[in-house]
Amino acid sequence: MRMVSLISQLMIPLFILFAILYGCARKVRVYDSFIAGAKEGPGVVIRIFPYLLAIFVAVKAFQASGAFEFAQELFRGILEFFGVPIDVVSIALTKPLSGSASLGVFTNIVKTTGPDSLASRMSAVIMGSAETTFYVLAVYLGAVGIKRTRYLVPVCVLADLVGIIIAIVIVKLFFI
Amino acid sequence: MNTVWILLIVVSVLFSILNGRLDEFTKSIFEGTKSAVEVSLFLLGIVSLWLGITRIIEDSGLIHRLSGFFQYFVRRLFKNIPPEHPAITSITLNFLANLFGLGNAATPLGIKAMQDLKTLHPEGETISFEMMVFIVVNTASIQLIPFTVIGILSEFGSGDPSAIVLPTLLATFLSAGFALGILFLFRRVLR
Repeated sequence: MRMVSLISQLMIPLFILFAILYGCARKVRVYDSFIAGAKEGPGVVIRIFPYLLAIFVAVKAFQASGAFEFAQELFRGILEFFGVPIDVVSIALTKPLSGSASLGVFTNIVKTTGPDSLASRMSAVIMGSAETTFYVLAVYLGAVGIKRTRYLVPVCVLADLVGIIIAIVIVKLFFI
Repeated sequence: MNTVWILLIVVSVLFSILNGRLDEFTKSIFEGTKSAVEVSLFLLGIVSLWLGITRIIEDSGLIHRLSGFFQYFVRRLFKNIPPEHPAITSITLNFLANLFGLGNAATPLGIKAMQDLKTLHPEGETISFEMMVFIVVNTASIQLIPFTVIGILSEFGSGDPSAIVLPTLLATFLSAGFALGILFLFRRVLR
């Protein structure tokens, strides 16, 4: 484990070092190239900003209004029927909406049910195998100003649902 | 996204009236704007940094030498992109950053990939199928080792924090496969 985390820590520094040294060897004016590339950054972020604003306001409002708890209650019955720990509902619903919130929910599940409980393991696999879908959509679509997304959103929502079911089934197969 | 947004806002307002949480609703809106600004500031730094470094490896030609194996896979997945198009490289780099859990690098490279994909369809505001494939793979979060999750598990004294690595890997690739399957199914049904 230590070896693996060392490699992952080394990856970014080594990559940057290699990029610069390779540039030098190819007689590229590395500093000027860097500045030229970085100059495009602010433009990209300004273009994305309104999309981020829209999604963040909507998600925060959804959580604060109590609609989120209502959705949790709705799914609770279904999951209980399949013998899935109730805590899994909150992680499954939070993960597609917000990265930082889902990390908080996950930490709380680990704290309350113990790190080796079924609920913790299911949440861990969901954390690792699902993505903050709506954030990704807002950023990537915003970057190129796409307005008509055809069937992308339903596909993503359906894929999230299937992904969470897959995570639950796999943990059941592995640990029960 | 239009429908999603309307749904989120309307449902939120209705629920905050029903639950008597109007005050929380208003507060949450301001909180939302605050986190949008915070995330944008964070992105501003990190996106500029990676765009700078990407420019270096573009100018030195390194970008064409990187990751031959993955390019093969990416080319198979995106058959309609010309083999020498820059989108192939930026998509490859984004997938690699995702695989190694380098989220801070994956987002800027993904933005670049979207811009490169856009050059194939410069006109209009409608999404292309290639963009959809790219986004669906990204929302499936292909990651080899979930470091943050393992860190939290071991912090709270798990007996075997890395026990979840294999199940996560299996889940992530299966769900990515299913996600792509759903996307291609939608295309077939809707055409």
